[in-house]
Amino acid sequence: MSSFLLSRRTLLKSAAIGSLGLTTGLLTQRPAFAEDLTIGIIYVGPRDDYGWNQAHAVAAKALAQVPGVKVVEEENVPETIAVAKTMESMVELDGAGLIFATSFGYYSPFMLDAAKKYPDVQFRHAAPLWKEGDPKNAGSYFGYLDQAHYVDGVAAGLSTKSNKLGFVAAKPISTVLSNINAFTLGAKSVNPNATVQVIFTGDWSMPVREAEATNALVDAGCDVITCHVDSPKTVIQTAEQRGVKSCGHNASQADLAPKGFITGAEYKWETIYKQFADTLSKGGTLPNFLAGGYDLDFVQNTPYGAGATPEAIKAADAAKADMKAKKPIYVGPLKDNKGNEVIPAGTSHPPYDPWIDQINFLVEGVTGSIT
Amino acid sequence: MADIAQQDGVPAMAGGLAETMDRLRRSSEYVVIPLFALVVAGLIFSLFLFALGQSPAMFFSLLWKGGFGTGFSWQNTLVRAAPLILTALCVAIPARLGLVIIGGEGALVLGAFTGAVASIPLVNAGAPPFLVLGAMLVTSVATGAVWIGIVGALRHYRGINETIASLLMSYIAIAIMNFFVEGALRDPGNPNKPSTQPIGEANMIGEVPGLGVHWGLPVGIVVAILLWVLMNRTTFGFAARVTGGNVRAARAQGLPVGKLIVTACAIAGACAGLAGFFEVAAIQGKANASLAAGYGFTGILVAFLARQNPIAIVPVAIFLGGIAAAGGLIQRRMGMPDATVQVLQGLMFVVLLVSETLYGRLPFFRAKGDRR
Amino acid sequence: MNETDIGFWGVPLAMFAGAIRVSTPFLFVSLGECLTEKSGRINLGLEGTLVFGAMAGYAIAYLSGSPWLGVLAAGISGCFFGALHGCICKLPKVNDIAIGIAMMLFGTGLAFFFGKPFIQPQAPHLPSISLGGWSSLPQVQSALEINPLFFIGVLLAVVMWWAFKNTRWGLIVRMTGDSAAAARAMGYSVDLVRFLATTVGGFFAGVGGAFLSLYYPGAWSEGLSSGQGLMAVALVIFARWNPLACFGAALLFGAAGALGPALQSVGITQGYYFFNAAPYLLTLFIMIASVSPKRSLKGAPGELSITK
Repeated sequence: MSSFLLSRRTLLKSAAIGSLGLTTGLLTQRPAFAEDLTIGIIYVGPRDDYGWNQAHAVAAKALAQVPGVKVVEEENVPETIAVAKTMESMVELDGAGLIFATSFGYYSPFMLDAAKKYPDVQFRHAAPLWKEGDPKNAGSYFGYLDQAHYVDGVAAGLSTKSNKLGFVAAKPISTVLSNINAFTLGAKSVNPNATVQVIFTGDWSMPVREAEATNALVDAGCDVITCHVDSPKTVIQTAEQRGVKSCGHNASQADLAPKGFITGAEYKWETIYKQFADTLSKGGTLPNFLAGGYDLDFVQNTPYGAGATPEAIKAADAAKADMKAKKPIYVGPLKDNKGNEVIPAGTSHPPYDPWIDQINFLVEGVTGSIT
Repeated sequence: MADIAQQDGVPAMAGGLAETMDRLRRSSEYVVIPLFALVVAGLIFSLFLFALGQSPAMFFSLLWKGGFGTGFSWQNTLVRAAPLILTALCVAIPARLGLVIIGGEGALVLGAFTGAVASIPLVNAGAPPFLVLGAMLVTSVATGAVWIGIVGALRHYRGINETIASLLMSYIAIAIMNFFVEGALRDPGNPNKPSTQPIGEANMIGEVPGLGVHWGLPVGIVVAILLWVLMNRTTFGFAARVTGGNVRAARAQGLPVGKLIVTACAIAGACAGLAGFFEVAAIQGKANASLAAGYGFTGILVAFLARQNPIAIVPVAIFLGGIAAAGGLIQRRMGMPDATVQVLQGLMFVVLLVSETLYGRLPFFRAKGDRR
Repeated sequence: MNETDIGFWGVPLAMFAGAIRVSTPFLFVSLGECLTEKSGRINLGLEGTLVFGAMAGYAIAYLSGSPWLGVLAAGISGCFFGALHGCICKLPKVNDIAIGIAMMLFGTGLAFFFGKPFIQPQAPHLPSISLGGWSSLPQVQSALEINPLFFIGVLLAVVMWWAFKNTRWGLIVRMTGDSAAAARAMGYSVDLVRFLATTVGGFFAGVGGAFLSLYYPGAWSEGLSSGQGLMAVALVIFARWNPLACFGAALLFGAAGALGPALQSVGITQGYYFFNAAPYLLTLFIMIASVSPKRSLKGAPGELSITK
């Protein structure tokens, strides 16, 4: 099963890279667009949340600069029938030819149904969910932020004094768990004594509880705090107030923590969005599955802040180079934090291995439990 | 309400037609005043837009286009109205007994959740759709009924304020669902969005043929009509209204007040549970955190705008569904925040409640000879 | 770093710290609601007032550079909502509970509408007073970083408690709440008293909102309030309309809110959803345990629709 998925994905990815090369080639030849393209972008929260939605909105703004492209946006759309109707409305009333659905729960059944209903419109969804058998005009694109969290972890591991790092997480789902694991593995790669303590808030956006969780982690002795919640503003601010260091998530939070900011894991959706717009304007076909990380410039780290020590910067830069070279994060032998072996010695999981999308454990060195 | 129809200020010689006209004139109060209030709210909102440099004309034309202007808009509107009818009934029925229940959201979420859970063993055993859906329906409705029934019982037997209790229980219901959905009942096949096991494509309730809207809408309308009959044409409804008018008088007349309260609350909860059933069976296909989408809270608005009348809830739910449907278009075309629609709704709600004070005060709607 | 590792002692300490940090908005809203309810009216719309106050306070603090000006603006905007509620409820046949729900929707709607441009910018924070200098533990020092609004709230609770008992104003408010007829007979305008009580109550709720956006958690966002304004209404009922008890109840709520994250930080992770729902469960159980239909609630204003 997993090997089949792997081969399927590798195939798709090489196709995607191929089409990327093709479009850039075409772009240089023919600067004018054949016809205007309306692109609809749907957000689950407010566009300026210092986090997930903002990362997309920043890319949407860049996309709107592309000649011939018109962007229509809708924010605070819940993962209910409302999103189905928003997609249909964008097609019916705005004439959208490409729709980016940016929240996880939009995919099934809403985006799949919309794709079946409007076969001439392209639908793309920001999570690695598309599989063979789903509509051909639907697809997934995803940036593997765990690579940037790994770099965060490296920088954090060399910036901590207490060797205790804190992670405020929303829900124990695979994407979050893989970020926690990558952060931990990054920290341990340079500082074997480092441990990561996790607190789950249970909600994607719940500022008071996020602040309480940050305080609890600092009280427990953590001196670097990072997070995976929709809007990291509260966590980073609270950490700064408590005088500890912090690593960001989703978008840049550097200006929130002038004293303690180390670096942050950021998406770079505009790489994907512009690429898609170009492809469509040239009459090309969008890939059904496009996933990448540092190697394809889909993720990045926020420029280092005052909290990063010189040796942390050096090691993190080396880690970035590793990520660009597609060095695997998950290398055996690896145990989870209950002592079970999850990767035997001598094996490893390369980046974009679907195995990563199914992660359901916390690695050794993480204090916390997913149940 | 009943006193209007019973006044006999019409001279007998005027005959049947005049009498009917007169009755119409007097009862038109219940249509004219709310419409007047909506117009006033619209005017105030226009001023608001105008002050912000936006065009009210464009706003209202987009509102029309997005909500009611095209066949697609109607679909969009009706789909959004479907859960609102049922959650509004969850408010309206207890309101007839003088109770303000604002916890329909919890009953919806918990009903949807238990319904989805009930489907799991049957789906795994390969049961036919009618059995799966039947079990889900019964479970969802019963859960909702028990959940709000508890609120009624707490109110009557412990004297706990039902508004607060239902709200607290709403939060608790959502916590219960999240606990199980992310724990014991989590579907391992869906690692990134904690959900229960899907009920499966074959078990989903489809759309009403030719309408593009799921069956929750017609069912909601039928339930609304049935509950109107129950509240207005049966002994139960009469007793409930007496209790709502004056609890002491109801007790003095020997009415089983406690039973009435708990039953009405259970009916209310059943409606919310039913809404939850449709959310799972017709839309989500599984239970997850998206079920708490605020339908229960919008239902409060619908019920109050409809003055707690089950039949009036239907057009009001469609009206509010239309506003919600147009909200996206307004965001995209005018670049206005999504909260614009919320401001309009809040304003309408406030003005409509203020207009309540007009009832019985305007001479035009009074019976002849009545110089109150 | 063993000298700062306090292990399980972190839980009671976190609850103590949480009680102080999280309780302030509860305290202000519940005092506002207490005043309003004492006059015989209920304002369920304080949630909307709180959210709007949070937005207005943040916006003004950002634009003016002064957080205290923000607090004042939040209070004044709260006054406006309170006054609107007070005016409308004066009209005959208008249900104060329904108006409250409408005002909640209207207030949050307006706050979200005008708040969009203020999600991003950073407003100056309210300062805090450090009272933990005596301790060498950073955890204790941090727990004792206390915002002046907390002390103002405590003072307000004491003053209100005293004023209800000992001043003419307090008597008038209580009388209006207990029996409108008696107040009228004494020559007081029931409508005016209730209007003023609702307006001042709105002021308090607005200030409570400013605490959320300007101190803790200290930023304006649309998810800022998780029902604090509504919970405060429940809190008044089980505080028996006693301002001092409101303070106690607010502390309890704050502590309950800190329980979930604190337990996770010492490794108790099972069922965090229920720990997070602790404030709601707690309120419900306290209400079930303490309210009885047999005797009328002690301290309950006789005119209050919620207790009839």
